[in-house]
Amino acid sequence: MNHRRLLFLLGPGLAAVGLLAFPAVSWAAPLTSEGGEASGAGLFGLVPLIVLFPVVGLLINLFWGKQLGEVRVGILASGAAGLSFLIAVLQLVALQGNDYHAVTVPLADWIVIGDLVVPWAFQVDTLSVTMMLVVTGVGALIHVYAIGYEHDDVRHNGDPERFARFFVYLNLFLAAMLILVTGNNYLMMFVGWEGVGLCSYLLIGFWFEKGAGGVGNARAGRKAFVVNRVGDWAMLMALFLIFWMFRSLTFDEVFGTVERIRLDATGQAMITAITLLLLAGATGKSAQIPLHVWLPDAMAGPTPVSAFIHAATMVTAGIYMITRSNPLFALAPVSQNAVALVGGATALLAATIAVGQFDIKRVLAYSTISQLGFMVAAVGLGGYVAGMFHLVTHAFFKALLFLSAGSVIQAIERGHMAHEAGHAHGGGHADPHRSGHEQAPGHPPSAIGHAPPAASHPPSFDPQDMRNMGGLWSRLPVTKWVYVAGALALAGIAPFAGFWSKDEILLDAFKHSPAVYGMLTVAAFFTAFYMGRQVLMVFWGRPRTDATRHASESPWVMTIPLIVLAALSLFGGWFNLPAIAGYTPPGAHAMTEWLGHTLGGRGEEAAPAGAAAPAEEGPGEAAEIKEGELNFLVAGVSTGLALLAFFMAYLLYSKRPETREDDDPLYEMFGPLFGLLQNKWYIDELYDFLILRPYHWLARFSAEVIDGQLWHDWFHDQVVAGLFNLFTRLLADGVDKGFVDPVISDFPADLSQGIAGVFRRMQTGYVRSYALAVFVGVVGVLGYFLIAK
Amino acid sequence: MVPTSYYVALSAILFTLGVAGVLTRRNAIIIFMSVELMLNSANLVFVAFARQFMELSGQVFVFFVMTVAAAEVAVGLALIVAIFRTKKSINVDEVNQLKG
Repeated sequence: MNHRRLLFLLGPGLAAVGLLAFPAVSWAAPLTSEGGEASGAGLFGLVPLIVLFPVVGLLINLFWGKQLGEVRVGILASGAAGLSFLIAVLQLVALQGNDYHAVTVPLADWIVIGDLVVPWAFQVDTLSVTMMLVVTGVGALIHVYAIGYEHDDVRHNGDPERFARFFVYLNLFLAAMLILVTGNNYLMMFVGWEGVGLCSYLLIGFWFEKGAGGVGNARAGRKAFVVNRVGDWAMLMALFLIFWMFRSLTFDEVFGTVERIRLDATGQAMITAITLLLLAGATGKSAQIPLHVWLPDAMAGPTPVSAFIHAATMVTAGIYMITRSNPLFALAPVSQNAVALVGGATALLAATIAVGQFDIKRVLAYSTISQLGFMVAAVGLGGYVAGMFHLVTHAFFKALLFLSAGSVIQAIERGHMAHEAGHAHGGGHADPHRSGHEQAPGHPPSAIGHAPPAASHPPSFDPQDMRNMGGLWSRLPVTKWVYVAGALALAGIAPFAGFWSKDEILLDAFKHSPAVYGMLTVAAFFTAFYMGRQVLMVFWGRPRTDATRHASESPWVMTIPLIVLAALSLFGGWFNLPAIAGYTPPGAHAMTEWLGHTLGGRGEEAAPAGAAAPAEEGPGEAAEIKEGELNFLVAGVSTGLALLAFFMAYLLYSKRPETREDDDPLYEMFGPLFGLLQNKWYIDELYDFLILRPYHWLARFSAEVIDGQLWHDWFHDQVVAGLFNLFTRLLADGVDKGFVDPVISDFPADLSQGIAGVFRRMQTGYVRSYALAVFVGVVGVLGYFLIAK
Repeated sequence: MVPTSYYVALSAILFTLGVAGVLTRRNAIIIFMSVELMLNSANLVFVAFARQFMELSGQVFVFFVMTVAAAEVAVGLALIVAIFRTKKSINVDEVNQLKG
């Protein structure tokens, strides 16, 4: 007991000493500031702390998590995220003091082999600071929310011991994500890239023993990992090519070289290959076609994970990476077109699938894929600021929506518990019928025609199925408002943040590529429709199950982050307001100017080759980041479509479905088409047919025929073993018995035995005979001398 | 004067007797005596040649031999006594414990 208490005090104490010592060290670290400003140098020196804080948090929780108890674990993890956010804000201040010039803060040399020098250095510029602010800011809020959410989640799933582990993973993710966005070279980015992939895998499989068949969640994690691996392979290939071509992986050096050299045909092909491979890497991490299939399954993870990793931060890494690589993409119009088309197609496809989903989190997952498609399309069209702007606002409102969905899910779980407790004898305590919760979270929706048994408490009760909800408007006083705020922001209704950022993307598409504009506009319509459908199915009408009837609001530790995020979703558009009809509101173009310090200097914003260059952009302006201007046609069309979609959703879903067995109204209208949407265009099945089945067949063929029959049975048993036996028999009978035994061993043995037999007789043991021998010898020697001489 | 060859012949006879004694007898004392006989035959040759060549070193050698022989006899007799105490015999054929 005593030593445990000692540890208890020692751990945080040591951590505190480390935290105090570290700034002093990093303060003294030499800086290579391009601007050479002394004022910001001290603050820039703090940037390594942004990674250190989560690492310290996770180490403490890793070793003392179980002793600390839930509250301290949660506060520690959230505090680490909050301190990181503080560092990010200080970097913002430092950049302002440094006239927005980028600064590289070296920490250590990681790899030095010949030409290859990979430092662990922090790139502090407006782009990376934007990402730092989003990751740590939204991350800190989600950490706080998770304290409340996991408190219930670990109990619903029957293992309260796992509480600390969750926060260890969450802090680990935060550290990896910050390494990703702060690295000043492609390899450090890749380290973070892999790190977040690992954390994603760990957190999707957080309840690895749950899910369909007891392996559903583990399978989902594996799927995410393997699909990401495909993208990571492309990413690695891109890195190799970059090093081959530029002899460096550092952003500054690579992009500096790009500016200097004139490309020949080979160089052009190389750049195109590099950028296409980078795009393939982004499709993995950012869930774009064709590698988008992992993200919906990733919803098996606890809801804060879905919000943090699979909506707000990790999945945007691909957009960050493309934005960071904009000097490369500027030289590869083919790749830029590919990026834009992939983004547009993904936005449209995922938006249609979202319409057909019943799982509250899956709708949001497809929505996330769709919104990521918007961002990718934007960066593909050269609208890097628009893409980053949407990344930021999307982080706000999609985190908000996921967290609100988590709040809804737990409200229903609480209702389910309360209802079952009411049914137990005299409202007794813990209820044995908890099998339904064992499935949550991440119970995938059943196939079409899902008809739960008529029993009042079907064992497969799914708290995430929207058909089980309805009528929550009066029961969730806080969640309902923030949910609606998130939905309006996502659907792009002014003045919510999503309107401004999405409009900027649509405007870029409108100017540069009609095809992408068309896809994005239709996707925007579906976005509004599925969000209307979701809000109406969840909150409108009457409760469709007893659990929903007994639902109750979540605690303040969950709702306060929701309110903050809702405020950000409402006002996030102010980061980059466009000029409206010639009038420039205060704070307009803030983000454009801010990011322009990083993106503007490198001559991006070149229109893709496939799209006609807009007339108003003269050659002199091409190198400048353009400032947004509200285009009333584009904004009007998208807002009108969104309102129309809301209206159609209201017509369809405000009254229906009435019971949980009812079919979706769309199913009655479109039937098979809706089934197509519900089954995700059968893309999973297509991949199963095209890749998994042949792969399994090949694996089985390799194992059974090639390895088993050919290699093992024939080659090993027949050829190798047969030859071996033959050879050994030859050696044994011919060489060993025929030659070695008689000649090498028997003959010398017999010889020495014979000689020894002779000499043995002389060894009588009588002194006399020896004396005689000596005498004879002496006589012999004397005789020899006498006669010979 | 008796020629030197007579002394050498006598010495050879004495030496041969000594060798025969060592080789044929079993009694340790007698073997010992035979050894002394051989030593003394050598002494006889030494003094004989010393006189012939009028050389003093031959006579000095004889004193050395007699001194060493006396010491040897002391050690040898002590060994024989010790052997006799353990085996109640001084037959050299029975002193064969070290034979494998």
